[in-house]
Amino acid sequence: MTDPRQSPTETILASLPRRRRAEARFHFYGIAAIGIALGFLILLIGAIGHQGIGAFSQTEIALDVTLDESVLDPSGTRDPETLSTANYRAVVRATLGEIFPEAMRKRRDRRKLTELVSIGAGFELRELVLADPGLIGRTMRVWAPADDEVDMLFKGVTARDSGRFTGKQLEWLDRLEAEGRIRSAFNWRFFSNGDSREPELAGILGAMSGSFFALLTCLALSFPLGVMAAIYLEEFAPRNRWTDLVEININNLAAVPSIVFGLLGLAVFLGFMGLARSAPLVGGMVLALMTLPTIIIVTRASLHAVPPSIREAAIGLGASRMQAMLHHTLPLATPGIMTGTIIGMARALGELAPLIMIGMVAFIVDVPQGLLDPASALPVQVYIWADSPERAFAEKTAAAIIVLLAFLVVMNLTAVILRRRFERRW
Amino acid sequence: MDMSPGTIRPKLTARGVNVFYGDAQALNRVDLDIRAHEVTALIGPSGCGKSTFLRCLNRMNDLIEICRVDGDIRLDGEDIYDPAVNLVYLRARIGMVFQKPNPFPKSIYDNVAYGPKIHGLARSRADMDETVASSLERAGLWEEVKDRLDAPATGLSGGQQQRLCIARAIAVRPEVILMDEPCSSLDPIATARIEALMDELRQNFTIVIVTHSMQQAARVSQRTAFFHLGDLVEVGDTDTVFTQPVDPRTESYISGRIG
Ligand SMILES: Nc1ncnc2c1ncn2[C@@H]1O[C@H](COP(=O)(O)OP(=O)(O)OP(=O)(O)O)[C@@H](O)[C@H]1O
Ligand SMILES: [Mg+2]
Repeated sequence: MTDPRQSPTETILASLPRRRRAEARFHFYGIAAIGIALGFLILLIGAIGHQGIGAFSQTEIALDVTLDESVLDPSGTRDPETLSTANYRAVVRATLGEIFPEAMRKRRDRRKLTELVSIGAGFELRELVLADPGLIGRTMRVWAPADDEVDMLFKGVTARDSGRFTGKQLEWLDRLEAEGRIRSAFNWRFFSNGDSREPELAGILGAMSGSFFALLTCLALSFPLGVMAAIYLEEFAPRNRWTDLVEININNLAAVPSIVFGLLGLAVFLGFMGLARSAPLVGGMVLALMTLPTIIIVTRASLHAVPPSIREAAIGLGASRMQAMLHHTLPLATPGIMTGTIIGMARALGELAPLIMIGMVAFIVDVPQGLLDPASALPVQVYIWADSPERAFAEKTAAAIIVLLAFLVVMNLTAVILRRRFERRW
Repeated sequence: MDMSPGTIRPKLTARGVNVFYGDAQALNRVDLDIRAHEVTALIGPSGCGKSTFLRCLNRMNDLIEICRVDGDIRLDGEDIYDPAVNLVYLRARIGMVFQKPNPFPKSIYDNVAYGPKIHGLARSRADMDETVASSLERAGLWEEVKDRLDAPATGLSGGQQQRLCIARAIAVRPEVILMDEPCSSLDPIATARIEALMDELRQNFTIVIVTHSMQQAARVSQRTAFFHLGDLVEVGDTDTVFTQPVDPRTESYISGRIG
């Protein structure tokens, strides 16, 4: 071992280079680990971003529509009932006929031409007219969404010779482009529509709304229950075999796969209590079951982290246990509780399996307006679109993932900001 | 014990107090009277159970899961370990200054105002301001903090925090004040202040103080109790204990041979 004649100073000096190397090595490992993690993250975000970015723009075709009264409102009563059931598709077809009169002669050509414009064009005209019936009889230029195949063509996803278009269709599209009737615009439909069988009309709003209502239910149930349970267990419950048992169970519940909670929800909320299928209320209840243990554990940890001397100070002054908790322990634990809750909510937002179990996976066009309307949710939407055959749904899938990730980032940022804001040193 | 009955009424009486932390016994059959309007000093080597005994007197040991107290402790003749005792009221009557300064992570003002606030002792805002100011004044902190009452208490120095904790305890105007080494992080000037305060408070209150300083015990206390390894070895008038200790252990501790 060390030479007893060597002085301690020399021994220490001799060991310094080795220690420095060990430090440097450790430093390198740390940076390498972070580098690899960041690399994968960038790869992931880059891949999804590259795939999904297309969904945020939409090819549109300029149409000079004449809102012909004889087609839309032959009786001239402007009755909303008549106006909403009128044949707007015919107006769109007539407009196309004005641009390409030669295509109107054969029925087959006429169909092929109309196919180029999304059926959404008719719906959007209807919205315009219903909002302002005075438009009837006027001619105006509207930018109608192109069919998803046309959209894919202009985005360069499908080739011209892919066999998806007839020669005539390509000719018409070339002429439209030459006349400046084709543009690529921001796809606001993606954010204002519910789901649709037509990729160019499919939007994320329904799923966002479903997720919102489900998370609202989840928060309203799991936050108060979780915090109360944690406060009781941490501050008031006696330590005995029962509380140990409860504690072990809570820790185990936090590790139970989410699909099991889905099964439980299916059996209890749908089967036994007979609540509506596909409702965000039930989804939120199932997510709450899943989030509850997390919130309890995080809250207990935050309460536990408050130095006992603070509690002692309050109790020594004659505060009751409840006052000591409400006035001192709980405020100091709040940042931790909020962070944990938000992270629990973020996990619930991304959860798919339990929602599938309780039927929130149906194809739903209408944007849900309340807790009991049938709904899907963001991860469900990703799942549904990823499963759809149309090519245009591939970019929608990636875009939905981007939206989901954006929400997660916002939630986690909120957690960080809250923690910074409310953190107090002691 | 050597208390001459009838002369001074004991405020607190402890009889046969045993304290256990789990299986380890920290106090062994302690009998001690604390007389009203006196300062009683608890001295003894580190780990002998002084803090433990002090914490028995206002039942702070209840907060320690593994701690078990048996024996009989009475305040004005009432058993404070009676299940019917209201702990809030008990601790409002017996205040405590802890060994380590533990201010709340709030403003200086809020720290001092907290006790009077929860007990509803101040009738108005001005009343409260008055209580806060006089408490800080008596603890010798007023001059240093009067311009920054809204500053966080955790920003004070260790000695200032200790005095803040004293101000916080006396703001409730308890009958008994338990002080666990209140001067351990104070300079001689602040120490003198606190000692003067104790002398002044003694007129209206009863004080129990734990200290490691023989001089301090001799200066401020009327009675001294010497603890050793969980036993109460000797208790008596401070003068007697310091000049003519009965037990050889007391004698060697005071003269600096043990502890
Ligand atoms: N919370 C606790 N859990 C377990 N043992 C404890 C606890 N508090 C004190 N003890 C033990 O009880 C004995 C007495 O401790 P106490 O704190 O009363 O000593 P002290 O006389 O105040 O010492 P010091 O002068 O160092 O403050 C010690 O042996 C200590 O280890
Ligand atoms: Mg001590």
